[in-house]
Amino acid sequence: MWRDSLRSIYYIAVKDMETYYLKPPAVSWGIVFPIAWILAFYLRNPQDFRELVPGLIAMTVLFSATAVEAVVINLELRLGSLERLLLAPISLSAVLLGKIVGGVLFGLMMTAVVTASSVLIFELQVNIIHLALILIPSLLVFSSLGALLCVLVREVFEAQTLLNLPRFVMIFLCGVVYPVSAMPPALRHFAYVLPLTYTVEGVQQSLGSVQSGNIIKDILVLLAFIPVFVFPAAKLLARKFA
Amino acid sequence: MGTIYVTIKVNDEMRQDGANAISVSGLTKYYNGLAAVNDINLDVKGGEIFGFLGPNGAGKTTTIRVLTGLSQPSAGTAQVLGCDIRTGITFAKKEFGVVPEASNLYEELTALGNLVFMAQLYGVPRDQRIKRAEELLKAFGLFEKKDAGFNTLSRGMKRALTIAAALLHKPRLLFLDEPTVGLDVVNAHSLRSLIQELNDQGVTIFLTTHYLDEADLLCDRIAILVQGRVVALDTPDNLKQMVKLEPACEVRFVSMPEEAISELGRQHGVYRAEELGDNVRLYGESMAFLTEAIFNYGRQKGLEIAFIGSVEPTLEDAFVRLTGMSREAMLVEKGGK
Repeated sequence: MWRDSLRSIYYIAVKDMETYYLKPPAVSWGIVFPIAWILAFYLRNPQDFRELVPGLIAMTVLFSATAVEAVVINLELRLGSLERLLLAPISLSAVLLGKIVGGVLFGLMMTAVVTASSVLIFELQVNIIHLALILIPSLLVFSSLGALLCVLVREVFEAQTLLNLPRFVMIFLCGVVYPVSAMPPALRHFAYVLPLTYTVEGVQQSLGSVQSGNIIKDILVLLAFIPVFVFPAAKLLARKFA
Repeated sequence: MGTIYVTIKVNDEMRQDGANAISVSGLTKYYNGLAAVNDINLDVKGGEIFGFLGPNGAGKTTTIRVLTGLSQPSAGTAQVLGCDIRTGITFAKKEFGVVPEASNLYEELTALGNLVFMAQLYGVPRDQRIKRAEELLKAFGLFEKKDAGFNTLSRGMKRALTIAAALLHKPRLLFLDEPTVGLDVVNAHSLRSLIQELNDQGVTIFLTTHYLDEADLLCDRIAILVQGRVVALDTPDNLKQMVKLEPACEVRFVSMPEEAISELGRQHGVYRAEELGDNVRLYGESMAFLTEAIFNYGRQKGLEIAFIGSVEPTLEDAFVRLTGMSREAMLVEKGGK
């Protein structure tokens, strides 16, 4: 049975990649938006651009993993094609995981492009294993978060609007452009409730931008976020088919 | 239409030993406190075409959703191909196919792409997926359109492809929810032939439809559902016999006076008269009384009879009687779907 589920997760993810993700709107949202955002900060202070690279990578992870989840979940729910998937011999959880893995695969591609470009342009030293150990759980976390927010609402536009809330909160509070350590204590505490903070910290350590920190802690915290988002998402999706 | 299937030995065995493809006991489904399906009990025998009829909102689609695992029952039990729908539906799904009311394949994928994707989900072996998909495309006359996007196909082609998608894994049981709704006469006729052909090849069919003539033509047995309850379950002929209590005949005069219906209804031996298209249908004590009343009325008024005939009860008569629906409401439903 688990083999059937794994097979279905893979094929759903691949199908979503072909039909939704590898299209100009998804690519622009997943990659162009973070670059444009970071360029805005660069123009303000060109000397510190290298320091913005971990934030750029983290933001690419966040935006690409959630780029078109509103379409792959809410639109398919509305059109009935997600229901069609459930008529096949696969569980609802496998369908949801297929949707999440689609976001992860797309995010991985976009993040790989941004990371490789940054490393080459700025001649950064990178610990590839550490980076992969941070990026993969991060992509799973944000894709799961996107799935959860999408199943909370009915329409695509509602999901898109709802997804923007954590995106922009996290951009400002998780050390993407302003260091968490420079924030007031209350905001600093809040930042550590948000998963992107651990992604930024982990990427900084992988690129050698900071010497202190505990990458294992970052990975474990990120892994802990995954069930926090996946289980309620599965529950809410099941409720739509009650 | 070419051969689209292979003979299903298992279903032949089921047919021979009278095993049930579906067994439902006390099945109930509530939505917001209202019973959409209320204490349904029925068995669908292996190898039969089972019709599930009812007015809009009677619970037909809800029943299919519960039996196919898309919704959980509120109470009762059901087994589909021997699997309990609460615990074993994923296993059963490998053996049955579903054609939902809406043609809900992927707009972005081609005809072939949709079938191959479904074959992947159903675990059709890798080396057989394209072959099987192309076989079905040929059988449904869609091979020329294999690279066309689903969103570019006509409604009939979309319907055909949706049915093809349900047949990829060679199911033993096929659920068809209003399969001919929205199709033109030619496509609807082809689809009915296909359903019959599939059944001839051993596939058990569970069919919901609004079209009573379609059910009459295809189904071995029919259940009539009203407000979530099965009010009758029998063969089409036996259901018709239920309403064959009152003799009836129809007449059409060459020139029909406006008052003909009311006046005919007052003739001796006539219980009532009603307009039915261009004809007047009379119900009465016996055929002799009815024909006498018609000829007497025609003579008195100097009317020439264009048509006269006895009325054999149709499935529609049985449906109207059992559901309590008016014929006008039925026409609205037929047109509305």
